[in-house]
Amino acid sequence: MFQIPSFESLNVGLALPAISLAFGACVLLLLDLFFVPKDRKEITGYLALVGVAVSFVINLLTFNQSGTAFMGMFVADTFSNFLNIVILGSAFFGILLSLDYVKRAGIERGEYYILLLISASGMMFMGSSNDLVMVFIALELLSIPLYVLAAFRTPEVRSEEAGMKYFILGAFSSAFLVYGVALVYGATGTTNLSAIFNSVGAIVDAGGSALFLLVAGTGLVLVGLGFKVAVVPFHMWTPDVYEGAPTPVTAFMSVGAKAGGFAALLRILAFALPTVALTQGDLVAAWQQTTWVIAALTLILGNLVAIAQTNIKRLLAYSSIAHAGYILMAVAAAGTAGVTNEATQAALIYLLAYMFTNLGAFGVALAVERDDGTGTNLEDFVGLARSRPGLALMMVIFMLSLTGIPLTSGFIGKWFVFKATLDAGLVVLAIIGVLTSVVSAFYYVRVIVNMYLREGDAEAPGATRAVNWAVYLAAAGTIILGVFPFIVTNLSSAVTVAANILP
Amino acid sequence: MPGSAPTLTSVVLFIPLVSMFIILLLREDTQREYIKWGALIGSLLTFAASILLWLGFDASQPGLQLAQRTTWINLSATDATYNISYYVGVDGLSLLLIMLTTFIMPLAILFSFRQHVLEERGRQKLYYAFMLLLEWAMLGVFVAQDLFLFYIFWEITLVPMYFLIGIWGAEERIYAAIKFFLYTMAGSILMLLAILYVGTQAQTFALPDIIAKVQANPDLFPFAGLFSTQSFLFLGFLIAFAIKVPLWPLHSWLPDAHVQAPTAGSVILAGVMLKLGTYGIVRFCLPMFPEASVAWAPIIAVLAVIGIIYGAWVSYAQTDVKKLVAYSSVSHLGFVVLGIFALNPQGLQGAILQMVNHGISTGGLFLLVGMLYERRHTKAMEAYGGIWKVMPIFGGLSLVIALSSMGLPGLNGFVGEFTILLGTFGSPYLGFFFALFATLGVILAAVYILYMFQKVFMGEVDKEENRNLPQLHWQEVTVLVAVVIVIFWIGLQPGLFFGTMDASVNQLVTQVNSAAANVVLR
Repeated sequence: MFQIPSFESLNVGLALPAISLAFGACVLLLLDLFFVPKDRKEITGYLALVGVAVSFVINLLTFNQSGTAFMGMFVADTFSNFLNIVILGSAFFGILLSLDYVKRAGIERGEYYILLLISASGMMFMGSSNDLVMVFIALELLSIPLYVLAAFRTPEVRSEEAGMKYFILGAFSSAFLVYGVALVYGATGTTNLSAIFNSVGAIVDAGGSALFLLVAGTGLVLVGLGFKVAVVPFHMWTPDVYEGAPTPVTAFMSVGAKAGGFAALLRILAFALPTVALTQGDLVAAWQQTTWVIAALTLILGNLVAIAQTNIKRLLAYSSIAHAGYILMAVAAAGTAGVTNEATQAALIYLLAYMFTNLGAFGVALAVERDDGTGTNLEDFVGLARSRPGLALMMVIFMLSLTGIPLTSGFIGKWFVFKATLDAGLVVLAIIGVLTSVVSAFYYVRVIVNMYLREGDAEAPGATRAVNWAVYLAAAGTIILGVFPFIVTNLSSAVTVAANILP
Repeated sequence: MPGSAPTLTSVVLFIPLVSMFIILLLREDTQREYIKWGALIGSLLTFAASILLWLGFDASQPGLQLAQRTTWINLSATDATYNISYYVGVDGLSLLLIMLTTFIMPLAILFSFRQHVLEERGRQKLYYAFMLLLEWAMLGVFVAQDLFLFYIFWEITLVPMYFLIGIWGAEERIYAAIKFFLYTMAGSILMLLAILYVGTQAQTFALPDIIAKVQANPDLFPFAGLFSTQSFLFLGFLIAFAIKVPLWPLHSWLPDAHVQAPTAGSVILAGVMLKLGTYGIVRFCLPMFPEASVAWAPIIAVLAVIGIIYGAWVSYAQTDVKKLVAYSSVSHLGFVVLGIFALNPQGLQGAILQMVNHGISTGGLFLLVGMLYERRHTKAMEAYGGIWKVMPIFGGLSLVIALSSMGLPGLNGFVGEFTILLGTFGSPYLGFFFALFATLGVILAAVYILYMFQKVFMGEVDKEENRNLPQLHWQEVTVLVAVVIVIFWIGLQPGLFFGTMDASVNQLVTQVNSAAANVVLR
């Protein structure tokens, strides 16, 4: 029997951070339309920053509140609240980087910021979804604005191509996801993650076709979300889209979309399906094998192909594929009973560390980029240390952090991910992880070589005040997380996945 | 005691870092003199503080002294020892190496004043900042007692050295810098995994706690032959250290890095950075994995002996003075590793003293090469000849340093090498043949050093360009005299230096050998 729920039972308050952002986007749409003059669209940008800040404050105030809302569709807990920090952070930096960029590129329109906000709220809903249907809706809310944003630099062909490619492949991946959801529903009779968790035990005990459906459904969900987070072999779109999309959009989606995708992956795999096992009493989830192989492939391919890149945006694209591999290491580790919480925390710390570092790196790339969208080759960095010492130094910090050198956030992220992987007993995966990070040092160091060790006359036409601020803030975040990691570990250690979901 | 406060270790550690930040606040274009002298004063203050450290150090105690421990990152809510901590301290194994670092750094910085490359390429502020950052990181490696903290300092040493080679190096500097970075990182990243494994198994990252747990429970890292858990962990650490040392056949980054680095960089590389590797073996490999150390000792000793002979042999074949000195490091460090894996008090004490000796003598040799290079802008041996006649003071000081590197009795090199050979000979794991082949290395050392000295300093002044070489500047004389004083001091009064490490080394040897019984049984 379907009953219309009362407003109180919806528990809207718990979803306030995400709702406030979505609501802010809607209000901003109207404000932009009626009040913001056509040539002063940066006002919309500043208002969008305010919206992000408000949502951030609300999120901090409600950080320790947990519970379900919308009749169990939505869950707010430390996991989602921690992810909200990452998502809002990347939205904040994304907008800050856009303020002058859109003007320079001649694509200044108010809708730009609003689409970005809507996408960010989609990511936040994704982190909080407690139902497979909700995951799908949030995924679409996240993706569709990004398709538009990727093609925002129209009529430039590369940007249009990026949007088109992203859209078609994204639609494909959504189809996979929905199919997977259907199979899981077929096996368990529910789409609610808590209910799925409760029914898994009986299905594993019974074996047979229901278990087959469940495992196949899980696999398809993995494929669908694998597209979003860009892991091998579902990564093909990444370099083209990252290269063609406007740089701040690339920066935003390289972190935000990843955060959303991994949130859903962890929700589904580690929250709902941690006990799926092919044989009874197995302490390792059935999906661990698959994720670990995907993680290993992603690490190897992402890092090796990045070496061959000559364009900073493509290089960062492959680097982001590689980093998805590191996060996926943590996801794989979450498949071992007893390590789930630790691995989830590691993934979250890694995402936060990656947020600062990667957005900062894109910030510097954007500063070096010229108004017409050229100037993104590695050669364009030659001699940057002389012309822009501050900016070059920040880029060094970001590159070292991406490599995983200590005293940067990247090292802290890697430390916890590797620790979780070893604790889960995935020694070979950990070894692949560390060896590929040596490979990654090669191409990150090459950027430093170009800036410091070679003489040239690089310029940074895009280094406006807002961009500089974004870069310095990101560098500060990178260093502070690297030197005082307890700030974030104290937050993340509150994240427990299993406890919330148990009845 | 003036220096018995536990914070003194941290004071020594952080003076360079604070100096670095002060220098970064100065202006490159108008305050260059302040930058230079500020860097020197910062490193001299560190040296002064480290002397207090030595005075406050009680040599009769084997354990950690002047230790400080503060929680840094919480890993477990219930078990406080599992937390990662800022844990620093000094014992007999590290004291002399700390002294070596604080002694070499002012010399390297003072010599940098005379380096033309700094005027040519500019960015002096960055240069001196990196020097101080490097000193901070190297000191950190020597005082860190927490594996996490140790790894942080260990990796950080890479960054300033990479820039020193890459920005102020010779023609092939970019290649050398990248090779140095990747080589060293490849080794250390495997150590990261080993550290994580050790830490989670022992439920603590603090080295003294881990050693205590290993003592209480020898099966904490189960040992069952050359390829078992403990051996893999041992190798994880050892490969990182062996690359840094460098142990043959992992040495190929060294000639490139040494030759391309600016003189002060080479001095620090040879003088201190190579010792990070050998120190690491003594500090981490031996006490944490005693059984694996014993089992692997002969194999590693063979590599060390090959390194001794190979390094000497290749040195002799060089026509480039700097390359010759670089390869001689492979040979000398082979002695150190051999001494360590003798696993007896003589061997270890000799090894630790030889680390200091090599730092002084080879650092000195690189300074000599640098001084020649600043005058003639070539490192080819045949460009010189009869330099002694042109620069008598320089010639005299050079002779002492060369002889010290060769191991002449009465100078520092002899004491170390002799003790190592003694230890090797008496070691139950190595024995006569190892000592025999190592002795061959001593003879070869005499050959290449004297060959080099003869080509450069002796004979007639047959090149026109060499006739009017400028005499040593007072800054250069200061640097060389300081080196020579220490050479004589260690050579004539080695007991003072051995005394500082006696207790700690004996304790370590007992720890290792008590575990050795297990190895024989299996």
